[in-house]
Amino acid sequence: MKKKYVSMVLVAALVAGAFSGCGDKSSSDTDGGNSQQSSSGNNGSSGGTEEGKVINVYSWNDEFMKRVCAVYPEVKKTSKDGTVTTLNDGTEIHWIINPNQDGVYQQKLDEALLNQASAADDDKVDIFLTETDYVNKYTDAEADVAMPLTDLGIDPGKELSDQYDFTKTTASDVNGVQRGSTWQCCPGLLVYRRDIAKDVFGTDDPVKVGEKVKDWETLKSTAAELKEKGYFTFSSYADTFRLYGNSISAPWVSPGETVIKIDQKIMDWINTSKEWLDAGYFDKTVKGQWNDDWNKAMGSKSKVFAFLFPAWGIDFTLKNNWDGENGAWAVTNPPQEYNWGGSYVHACTGTDNPTLVKDIILSVTGDKENLLKISKDYLDYTNTKSGMNEAAKDSKTYASKFLGGQNSFEYFAPVAEKVVIAPLSAYDQGCVELIQNSFSDYFQGQVDFDKAKSNFETAIRERYPEVTEIQWP
Amino acid sequence: MKKRKSISYSKWGYIFILPFFVSFFIFSFIPLADTIRYSFFEYYRSGIKEVGPNFIGMENYKSLLASDMLKYAGNTFILWIIGFIPQIVIALLLASWFVDIRLKIHAQQFFKVVIYLPNLIMASAFAMLFFTLFSTNGPINGILTSIGIVKEPIDFMGNVFGTRSLVGFMNFIMWFGNTTIMLMAAIMGISTDIFEASEIDGCNSIQRFFKITLPLIRPILAYTLINSIIGGLQMFDVPQILTNGQGSPDRTSMTLIMFLNSHLKSRNYGMAGALSVYLFIVSAILCFFVYRMTNNNDPDGSKAAARKAKRRRG
Repeated sequence: MKKKYVSMVLVAALVAGAFSGCGDKSSSDTDGGNSQQSSSGNNGSSGGTEEGKVINVYSWNDEFMKRVCAVYPEVKKTSKDGTVTTLNDGTEIHWIINPNQDGVYQQKLDEALLNQASAADDDKVDIFLTETDYVNKYTDAEADVAMPLTDLGIDPGKELSDQYDFTKTTASDVNGVQRGSTWQCCPGLLVYRRDIAKDVFGTDDPVKVGEKVKDWETLKSTAAELKEKGYFTFSSYADTFRLYGNSISAPWVSPGETVIKIDQKIMDWINTSKEWLDAGYFDKTVKGQWNDDWNKAMGSKSKVFAFLFPAWGIDFTLKNNWDGENGAWAVTNPPQEYNWGGSYVHACTGTDNPTLVKDIILSVTGDKENLLKISKDYLDYTNTKSGMNEAAKDSKTYASKFLGGQNSFEYFAPVAEKVVIAPLSAYDQGCVELIQNSFSDYFQGQVDFDKAKSNFETAIRERYPEVTEIQWP
Repeated sequence: MKKRKSISYSKWGYIFILPFFVSFFIFSFIPLADTIRYSFFEYYRSGIKEVGPNFIGMENYKSLLASDMLKYAGNTFILWIIGFIPQIVIALLLASWFVDIRLKIHAQQFFKVVIYLPNLIMASAFAMLFFTLFSTNGPINGILTSIGIVKEPIDFMGNVFGTRSLVGFMNFIMWFGNTTIMLMAAIMGISTDIFEASEIDGCNSIQRFFKITLPLIRPILAYTLINSIIGGLQMFDVPQILTNGQGSPDRTSMTLIMFLNSHLKSRNYGMAGALSVYLFIVSAILCFFVYRMTNNNDPDGSKAAARKAKRRRG
């Protein structure tokens, strides 16, 4: 009997020890965190070195990592698996990468941001990236997860004055406070097949083809010409969506409201898409983007004349799906100026490394030399007005092998100047995705117009339970 | 120490099964209770702001009934039945062939393995495979057009019939092997005396199947049916992957669990919880039937007959 009691006491002691061990650790951690936090807060403004030793960067791919490693002068080395980059002063950058598919990235980021206040210093998010589709969710003034650049010590009016204005607008909250910055600017062009252009128009000259596609009216008659020869103008109705969707006049949801207003431009897209699909200007078998059929439409066997892509689309998507020789594609002006995509870099509220974060952001998004280097090495259309105008003139350095020696910057630059970014809201991603899905049934003749509308309403209410009303123009 | 008369080892039994109960309690029971609790709350995330939890009583349940939930329940049922009917028919046929001694099927073991194989593939991988095979520019359309059966490629996943049949077909392929093996076990459980006796009485194979085999495997058949319904209620990965989570066209292949999943995209724990509770109730009722059937202490109905006879006498 005695033995039993002894063993019970022992077990109790063990358990208590284990728990108290945990408690000690966590309390000391938070203590350390607090003291370090306050000291870094004090010293950060005066440029002290008492900052955290780890910079955590949240992203959905290695795009940002590659660019930092390429241009940030303090980089010493990156581990082989690409998860840790060491800087000259010994600080480590930890790259935390979660894929964008199915909203995984945002889920993980949201979790981390919710825990930001209680996380230990070295576990705090310091930098995170967002895409145009959901940048507004994170630059929200009320949520205050992305630091205003001025709080970091960056004056957007001075240090980022060479950036395109629409990228600054995109990264700003409702009060016009800029809370992010980008190295990339994504004006879009029309990329077409030279062989098809020769067959139909008798020329593949970008200037002459540009004339044929200069606005929607002209493009429509050109589409009829292409149709006669058995070609499709674009692969699917989703291809033209960005041109309409990114030129809406009012945001999907006005700030502070829970009413979704569908813009007239979106209705125009729906009507034109139906008309064009029925007329045979799109390939009926391609339903939407980012699927196998769409990828095949970029192959040499396809009958699709053109795609609408920004720089990254040509380099990542088109080039990877094209199975023929280089030089088969060329770029020209799009029927309407538009912007598609763009990755924004934000300093996360509560970061323990404000000095380095500021340094990285300035170096990767605000330094003309670095940006031109990125343009050269990664073919990004970068966020420097003067630099890009130089690139447009310098056909020798910036000629693209894939485009048969054409200098695409020559066409990107005027588009970038004219891009007017659509007013954003936190609901953009869901709205853009769901309106295309709901109406693709209508385009294919599965449901009538009213049913597609009500399907959109159902889907959007599922995605955003707080939506109270949906207004159609 | 004299008090102790016998040594009981039962406590060791309890100690050894304790880990299961502890982990069940932590990882299953608490989340289950939480799901039910949250179903009475308004609790979701808007952007990165959390809304709630605010207690709203039965509001979630009401708004679910007002939504298209019953339509999705109907979809789920249709998708399930399209797969289940061929599944049970083919399984019965194969099972009775395999156990028929007179047919002397060679390499039985081989065939058993082959028909069971599709079940080993992950459902999502299987759906992905079918999505590629049956896409408008995919290999199936390629074959059909090149041998001249169709002129234009068929848009399998662009119409209701095509999508639903594909889902049903996939479920059929995946599960008929499993059912066959279960039914074979049931048929082999029937005493050979009965088959021999029937043969001596001049019974042909069709009569034997309908008059002897089917009635005697009824409990197992019912078990298969209920089990399959419960599985069908939870149908998710095949239609989710095949239609990209949209249940397209026109949400006609949206199942209940896909509906649940689309609520979880906005982290709507309240609404999703309420939907789970509905599903829980339906599954619980079905489980009750299974329980009654598998614990049947009157399998051949003799007790019931005796009771009836007694009552008549009395």
